[in-house]
Amino acid sequence: MEILMFGWEFPPMNSGGLGVACHGIVEGLIGNGQRVFLVLPKVTDEMQGLGAGALQLLDANDSDVSIETIKIPSGLYSPYLNQQNYSDFLKKLKNKDAKALYGESLFEEVYRYAAQASQYAKSVPHDVIHTHDWLTAEAGIQAKAHSDKPHVMHVHATEFDRSGENPNQQVYDMERRGMEHADRVIAVSERTKQMIMKHYGVPEFKIDVVHNAVKPNFSTYHKSHHLNPTDKVVLFLGRMTMQKGPDYFLQMAKKVIDKRGKVKFVMAGDGDMMQQVIHMAVDLGIERNVLFSGFLKGDEVARAYSSADLYVMPSVSEPFGIAPLEAIQHGAPVLISKQSGISEVIKNALRVDFWDVDEMASKVIAVLDYPELHSTLRERGEEEVKRMSWHDQAKHIITSYKKATT
Amino acid sequence: MKNHNKTICFYFEVHQPYRLSKCNVFEVGQKQDYFEGPTDYQNKKVFEKVANKSYLSTNKLMLELLNKHPEFRVSYSLSGVFMEQCLEYGEIGKQVLDSFKAIFKTGQAEVLSETYYHSLAWLFSKDEFAQQIHKHSQLVHKLFHKKPTIFRNTELIYNNEIAEFIREMGYKGILAEGWDYYLDWRSPNFLYQPHKVDLHPEDRKIARKNRMRKTLPKDFKLLLKNYKLSDDIAFRFSNRGWSEWPLNVDKYVSWLRATDGETINLFMDYETFGEHQWEDTGIFEFLRHLPAECLKQNIGFKTPSETIKAYKPVGAVDVPHLMSWADMERDLSAWCSNQLQESALKRIFDIEHELKANKDVIREDLLHDWRKLQTSDHFYYMCTKYWNDGDVHAYFSPYESPYDAFITYMNTLTDFEQRIADSLTLKARSFD
Repeated sequence: MEILMFGWEFPPMNSGGLGVACHGIVEGLIGNGQRVFLVLPKVTDEMQGLGAGALQLLDANDSDVSIETIKIPSGLYSPYLNQQNYSDFLKKLKNKDAKALYGESLFEEVYRYAAQASQYAKSVPHDVIHTHDWLTAEAGIQAKAHSDKPHVMHVHATEFDRSGENPNQQVYDMERRGMEHADRVIAVSERTKQMIMKHYGVPEFKIDVVHNAVKPNFSTYHKSHHLNPTDKVVLFLGRMTMQKGPDYFLQMAKKVIDKRGKVKFVMAGDGDMMQQVIHMAVDLGIERNVLFSGFLKGDEVARAYSSADLYVMPSVSEPFGIAPLEAIQHGAPVLISKQSGISEVIKNALRVDFWDVDEMASKVIAVLDYPELHSTLRERGEEEVKRMSWHDQAKHIITSYKKATT
Repeated sequence: MKNHNKTICFYFEVHQPYRLSKCNVFEVGQKQDYFEGPTDYQNKKVFEKVANKSYLSTNKLMLELLNKHPEFRVSYSLSGVFMEQCLEYGEIGKQVLDSFKAIFKTGQAEVLSETYYHSLAWLFSKDEFAQQIHKHSQLVHKLFHKKPTIFRNTELIYNNEIAEFIREMGYKGILAEGWDYYLDWRSPNFLYQPHKVDLHPEDRKIARKNRMRKTLPKDFKLLLKNYKLSDDIAFRFSNRGWSEWPLNVDKYVSWLRATDGETINLFMDYETFGEHQWEDTGIFEFLRHLPAECLKQNIGFKTPSETIKAYKPVGAVDVPHLMSWADMERDLSAWCSNQLQESALKRIFDIEHELKANKDVIREDLLHDWRKLQTSDHFYYMCTKYWNDGDVHAYFSPYESPYDAFITYMNTLTDFEQRIADSLTLKARSFD
């Protein structure tokens, strides 16, 4: 099959899980003998290294048509970045390439990308159109208008995951429009499927659940240098946003410290709750035990996982959550919230309700107190994650394509 | 009584553990009751559920069958913690207990011996093992006025040494799995003797000290489970993927007829009836018609004691390593194959000496709690063997994961150790 795919971010130009997942999906599809044309807002030289043979990376800018951009009122919004981050990201990119197709307003860009990217539907051979989240849904809608091929929309996160009960109306409308238009919707978890049914009115028969996988870990980083060999390390790694529950992490930390003293809590990541979280650590009187490392990249991430005795993902709402799988790959046992898609998949993990801080602290202490618990979680978890693959998950995606085309 | 060309020996395991109440680290030091069970699996609720689905209806049917067919025979072992729950849970417990009493009163049902706490004590302490057997016999005698002469260990855990120890304690026979690995070409459908081994002198001393009767019986026999025919009922009965589904009495009895041997030993969980195989699978109807059809086909029934009396052993079976009836492996991996289980088991038996050396201050209820913490189920719930595939271990567990089971167990044990320490401190102070 030939797939015209519309992506928003792709390694190494990614800030969140979407680019990572998109990369895995594309590799999985190609591994299963499919041909993928992936249209991105910007294709860099580093990315081109990833595209070869059955994968062609297409730059939306080069679709070779002049188009009118639709002006959208301001109200910058991103699922992965706050306003400040997005501007920084833009600045860096503009330095490299002034023409890069990431606009000043994200909405403006989404429409501009849709109009330009969809042009490829006229020239690129394809059997199915695959879009990711609200960012590229519109491109899929317009592409289908050109080629009349079925549209499969992949939902990695909904506005309700990102913003709780106060969704951004514009984003919600775009998501809803995409899901209504799509011939099939792929949800990254059962949890996400339920949200799509509840909040977007998509009928159950139109939805396929395909869990994410994780790429094999080739990092050579090992737990050789520790912050302090006598102090145990509990890690939070993720965006500091309401959705990720950093405040619950700190409440838990306070309880653990009161009970066990010498424990270090590392908080890696950046986000709109950063200031609040720092203040909270001070207010709780545990600032000496909490270390903020800021946003980590590449090998720093591997290093953070490797030096942790436990990785905690206390997400309030997590459609999937690949990070715990990466943590396990790097030898860190994980404690995850039950409000995450990943908890449907991984069995060798500790699980708690994000709000149950006592239980969370109790489990953290158990891992720190009992080396046999730590090692069993770690070993069994590694075995389990090794068996997951994008290759297998891509097969389920292909099944979804087939349902869409018949 | 007419002469049958072969007989069936039914044995049912009746057991309910005291599942541990959840215990997080903040409760340690002030935990009130360990043994109510997790919120969603309160022991009393589970008992009521199983009583209604299985024990009461099966016992009612069993009593009917025993009355209707004077030649019908069955045998049971009721764990001490099961009997204790009968006594603890009021009306429903009394009903269950009374229904067992009625069955034993027929004289057609035999009660077997086991460890009171359904424990793995054999692996760690022979002294504790023997004491738990005694305690079990006492309760059986008190409730049913019977003195068991046949022994079956927790989940049929068995090897040559256990057999020798049990023989030395004065029993007439023992039950074990009829596992091909040790039987080789031989059939489980005959009576055997254990392969005779020497016990460590210390162990022999313990066995002798704890002897159940003054004189040792002349012989000691081994009854082996026919796992194929047992599991056809216990596991496969309702499996629609099984080529023999649906299993009816005619078909099953034709298999029994075609089976060579003298005794077909059908050993299973009693909850097979109504709980593992639900009523709507037709399991009760199957049981209802089985005895009459067997008798019609000249297949009789015997209790383990009668079986031992009726037949001669055809040889000795050598089981040098520990064997059980659990899982595909028939080994001990369900209870002690990962670090969690090993560490928890080590920790609970490490306390033994301290408890027993300070009998003057360690109250009986502390000792009882310690022993309830030995019940094999606690360690079974920590099994990760098939956890990744989500199998039977997960199905039978009241905890979300083996890890939760471990954490609850270890926190409870920490609390328990503090209680011991408190008792010992009191003692030390009184000497000042």
